[in-house]
Amino acid sequence: MFRLIPTDRLLIAILRIFAVNTVLVLLLILAFLLLESWPVLMQLSLTRFVTDTSWHPLEGAYNLMPMLAGTLLASMGALLLAVPLGMSSALFIVFYAPSHLATLYKRLIELLAGIPSVVFGFWGLTTLVPLINQWHPPGASLLAAILVLTLMVLPLITLTAYTALAAVPDELIHNAAALGLSRWGMISGVALPAAGSGITAGIILAAARALGETMAVLMVAGNVVQYPETVFDPIRTLAANIALEMAYAMGDHRAVLFVSGLLLLLLVMVLSSIAGFLEKQRHA
Amino acid sequence: MKNCAKYLLINLFCLIIWASWLTSVSAASQRLIVTGSSTVAPLMSEIARRFELQHPEVRIDVQTGGSSRGINDVRRGIADIGMVSRALKPNEDDLHAFSIAMDGIGIIVHASNPVRSLNPKQIADIYTGKITHWKSVGGPNARITVVNKAEGRSTLELFLDYLQLKNSAVKPHIIIGDNAQGIKTVTGNPHAIGYVSIGAAAYEAQRGTPIRLLALNGVTASVENVHSGIFPLSRPLNLITSRVPQGIIRAFIEFARSPQLYPLIEAHYFVPIDTD
Repeated sequence: MFRLIPTDRLLIAILRIFAVNTVLVLLLILAFLLLESWPVLMQLSLTRFVTDTSWHPLEGAYNLMPMLAGTLLASMGALLLAVPLGMSSALFIVFYAPSHLATLYKRLIELLAGIPSVVFGFWGLTTLVPLINQWHPPGASLLAAILVLTLMVLPLITLTAYTALAAVPDELIHNAAALGLSRWGMISGVALPAAGSGITAGIILAAARALGETMAVLMVAGNVVQYPETVFDPIRTLAANIALEMAYAMGDHRAVLFVSGLLLLLLVMVLSSIAGFLEKQRHA
Repeated sequence: MKNCAKYLLINLFCLIIWASWLTSVSAASQRLIVTGSSTVAPLMSEIARRFELQHPEVRIDVQTGGSSRGINDVRRGIADIGMVSRALKPNEDDLHAFSIAMDGIGIIVHASNPVRSLNPKQIADIYTGKITHWKSVGGPNARITVVNKAEGRSTLELFLDYLQLKNSAVKPHIIIGDNAQGIKTVTGNPHAIGYVSIGAAAYEAQRGTPIRLLALNGVTASVENVHSGIFPLSRPLNLITSRVPQGIIRAFIEFARSPQLYPLIEAHYFVPIDTD
């Protein structure tokens, strides 16, 4: 063992204080959500959030399920589009593009990641929604939400997949080349399996981002609380529900909005624990 | 574990010092808290800024959150003054209301829509899904896109109240938050119908945004008709207090109702009320 000098002790003390604070923030958020939603959680049975006829909080109907479905459908739809696009972009950067083009392409993707969500929402509201409306009214729809979310999670998937692929040891690639594998054979047989868990973790992070996205979705999704029958039907997500009604909600209405926040937090927690589990497997 | 508790204690201690420092700073000047309707808030911020210029010792904090929040906050003593964009209900007669202006709610459609006027029956039928095509009310052969407001907004409350509808009976295609989002939505959809504050809509239409305010029962939706009181779908914008206002609160309310502010109120597309 070595002895700690006084400055080390001080540093450790400071680091501990900051570390405790960071955890406290998360715990306080959870405690706050529980505290605010407590009145309705006590008053109403949990089945009310599943079996009520609709979402009309001022008339005492609190069914959250259509919004849960809307949230999941929009996120999954966005992933369905963004994963193939993001994966091919990452493969392009790592294995196909000449190095100067790869750098430029990667910078552009990073720029895309930096665009604020409200800008995507505004573009969606003024351009995308009218376009879809000409095709199939009313325009504001599940489809619009999926497309806007795709744009937002695409750079996230591309960049995490790129990092995972770039971290594949050179020896593996060289050995594959020495064995005479084609480029695609090397990618599908060696690089992708080696980077697999990193890529999956990136996709799950992207899913968490899509689930929690608020402003952009609020502007394009139409916000009608219903189970969509086609992609042209409007939907409302849990996050959009909070943003849309919180400013004007009182009493029970306010408390059920905190319940929808709690549900959303639960969803994201499940996803990020899956991501953590995969990450651990990768390093094990 | 013992260490952990120690750090928690140090943290708490720092927080307490910080909080007490904050309260001592704000106690240095007189502070008025105004909360409530998001319709009134932009106007109120401007009035507050002018009042602060005349009374440097006063700080006025304007927060939005809807008319119901204004009423709640004043009742619970969190706010000194509430902003309420409707007339007080009978069960709210414990509060004192002071009207500062009038606002009308206008039905808006896209400028390319040939429909010029609707009656309340037609509007109710459109919003409840009994009329689904513009053809039925003299427009093009296209499906109507019904734009409704999110629950809790006073615009929605007044609109439903006027049409004698419940919100669960409305069959909307798009639900929006504030007026600006409503105007953007109708601008982007030639077959949409929505309703927003007449002030906001008249301002946008004047700037060339392709929307049109529909006449209601043949009465043109205009700032003038709200002023003269003949436009049926209108509401007063009120300031409320829990007790008879005294001192600085009274001075502020009198200032907000004084004729020198009429140009400002008109600039926000509301209609001043003659108080004399």
